[in-house]
Amino acid sequence: MKVKLRIQRFNPERDSRPWWAEYEVDVEETDRVLDALNYIKWHIDGSLTYRRSCAHGVCGSDAMRINGFNRLACKVLVRDMVAEGGGTITIQPLLALPVIKDLVVDQEPFFRKYRQIMPYLVNDEPPPERERLQLPEERARFDDTTKCILCAACTAACPSYWANGEYVGPAAIVQAHRFIFDSRDRAAEARLKVLNEWFGVWRCRTVFNCTTACPRGIQVTRAIEEVKALLRSGRI
Amino acid sequence: MVSRSRIHRHQFEAVIVGAGGAGLMGALYASRQVPTAVLSKVHPLRSHTGAAQGGIAAPLGNMEEDKPEWYVYDTIKGGDWLVDQDAAEVLAQESVDAIIELEHLGMPFDRTPEGKIAQRRFGGHTRNFGEAPVMRACHVADRTGHMILHTLYQQCIRAGVNFFDEFFVTDLILDGNRVAGVVALEIATGDIHVFHAKAVLFANGGAGRIYKITSNALSLTGDGMALVWRRGLPLEDMEFFQFHPTGIYKLGILLSEGARGEGAILINDKGERFMERYAPTIKDLASRDVISRAIYREIREGRGIGGRDYVYLDLRPETINRYRSAPGGRTVTAEYLESKLPDIIEFARVYLGIDPLKQPVPIQPTAHYAMGGIPTDLDGRVVRDANNTPVEGFYAAGECACVSVHGANRLGTNSLVDLVVFGRRAGRHLAEYCRGTDFPPLPPEPEAYTVELVERIRNGGKERAAPIRAELQETMQTYVSVFREEEGLKAAISKLNELRARYENIGVDDRGLRFNTDLVEALELGSLLDVAEATAYSALYRTESRGTHYREDYPKRDDQNWLRHTIVYRRGREVSFDSKPVVITHWPPKERVY
Repeated sequence: MKVKLRIQRFNPERDSRPWWAEYEVDVEETDRVLDALNYIKWHIDGSLTYRRSCAHGVCGSDAMRINGFNRLACKVLVRDMVAEGGGTITIQPLLALPVIKDLVVDQEPFFRKYRQIMPYLVNDEPPPERERLQLPEERARFDDTTKCILCAACTAACPSYWANGEYVGPAAIVQAHRFIFDSRDRAAEARLKVLNEWFGVWRCRTVFNCTTACPRGIQVTRAIEEVKALLRSGRI
Repeated sequence: MVSRSRIHRHQFEAVIVGAGGAGLMGALYASRQVPTAVLSKVHPLRSHTGAAQGGIAAPLGNMEEDKPEWYVYDTIKGGDWLVDQDAAEVLAQESVDAIIELEHLGMPFDRTPEGKIAQRRFGGHTRNFGEAPVMRACHVADRTGHMILHTLYQQCIRAGVNFFDEFFVTDLILDGNRVAGVVALEIATGDIHVFHAKAVLFANGGAGRIYKITSNALSLTGDGMALVWRRGLPLEDMEFFQFHPTGIYKLGILLSEGARGEGAILINDKGERFMERYAPTIKDLASRDVISRAIYREIREGRGIGGRDYVYLDLRPETINRYRSAPGGRTVTAEYLESKLPDIIEFARVYLGIDPLKQPVPIQPTAHYAMGGIPTDLDGRVVRDANNTPVEGFYAAGECACVSVHGANRLGTNSLVDLVVFGRRAGRHLAEYCRGTDFPPLPPEPEAYTVELVERIRNGGKERAAPIRAELQETMQTYVSVFREEEGLKAAISKLNELRARYENIGVDDRGLRFNTDLVEALELGSLLDVAEATAYSALYRTESRGTHYREDYPKRDDQNWLRHTIVYRRGREVSFDSKPVVITHWPPKERVY
């Protein structure tokens, strides 16, 4: 099928401001939007720039704004996006992260926040000879947040993050949740201290944009609420 | 040639190229002892280890009795006796400790009711030397690789490893028989960086993108193997490339063997569970090469679905319960399968619009894994010849390497075991090596080759990467996939030569410096051409059938002449061969029946 794409482009070596390019591509209706981008890059204009790797929604490279929503280009189909966009698919880079070129944003501010919440298991007790035991119900407590691929779709969809880039944002809180609720971890207190700061969880206004945006189906807002509830409870 | 790129210099004792499981495990160990830099062409969390689904093996015996020697035997038999048996013994023995270490590092394994690491069945893993399937694969639902990748990256962040993300390594610097560093293109800026090092670990993955239908990420272009090839160093057993039986039809996206571990079965157009005919004992859990060939035989004999080129993977609970194909013949529910295989169920829903709990899923074999690669010893040291002479300071681990633990066909889960076991061994050995040696001298202008290469492509001719790549993939898919024969392999080599000639005139639309992915794709095509060439030549060279390498003109395994590893070099334009014996410890070759 023939499909129209409107893509926001910006090459810092050439352009003073972003501009819109339009392309008509010939793809299968069951193709991914990523296939349409590849079609342009491989058949029309090799300079179109975007990140991609696994092409099936598990590596997190190709989060972008498609028809106004943050999505992975490899996890939405052309057919659905064309229908939603009234005949045209509109693609922009993620909001609120600096654009490097076309659809590629600078992820460093995003990963800086990730590193801020100590995104690693802390347990300095001498480990047992075999695995640390963890019951299935303890393991289930943080299952949802282990699915995060750090694609930035949630954080870049968050109005609180748009308003203030100092906010750690939903992805970092999801990562913190993954460790705070892990029965093997011993650094919940330190993480909660960070998340209780002015740039922490309280900037969340429960808008649910993050939950809608998550391509992994993580209940992001619920995770944030669980962290808030733990802070309110004063149990730690 | 004068470069428009700025040149930077760095010095680290250890430089690791690639940030998947092997690179990060190596980095974790190396960085405890010496300053370590990790360079990766994609952000580490985008590495393809993250796409591994079903599990990582270790004979923990958490679910039922299991023994390391059973695992060693399965690995050797899976590899059709081309496995170096000392390597398989290391793999099996150290797997237990490596999995426990991953757990201690934070890996959120699924658990048994007592809180131990849960395990599931997987293809080719058996109890008592082939008697019946055994539950050996430790897992996190069907995102085991994702969790390994994240766990190791997390601990590398904690350890303060120096990451250089989105740096594409273009050259290996050698000082005689000694490594002196690497040269890399910084994708974001177009700058060129020289990394002076005492030791270099290549952990830069596979090359599935030489094929048209593949489970592999777009980034899997064999860059590490290609750099070694260009430097006149050998590659080993390149003719062995695994096709995973269950890729989503046309897309190649992987549907984990864990599905069959949970009881799913393969069905042909007549509704038959055809693996009963090909592998009467373990049926749908035979090793991957056996199943992929069986699928193609069914298709050739007209029993593909509707006479077409695919069959069904059926994971509907009613099917599993009717065949009593779940472990122990127990009854499974849709909810249980959804909790154990959420990602692959979602892939079918998203990409095919099929609910696999209600309908069977069309599948076809998909190019999945290179058993061959850069030859190494048991400590990950790269060797330069059939006598196993090490290249000083040069290491390789993971899919780019060939230790050889996978032989002629890798068992499911063993890629992940390989990453952590041999990534760790390489990291340890490399750190010790660094502590006992000084920096080798850097040659003058080590960046010259890269500058010339990059400028030539930027100012290049009319050819473009995409059409050449498409023809390469089509050629390899047609002539160098599951079934091979002399005429086709010769046709492939001649086509590859033609494509290489066109590549001499490669150019790009994007002539800029910043984030030039057009340039990166052109460089990656250079890697694909090298790896495809090594693969096709090696496939023509080996005139027998073993594991994944099936020659229709030589359909039998020939231990008399071919119980040996292929060693292949390119010197100038000449491709030449050597061979080295397979290490046999306790398991003499026998007939391979599942």
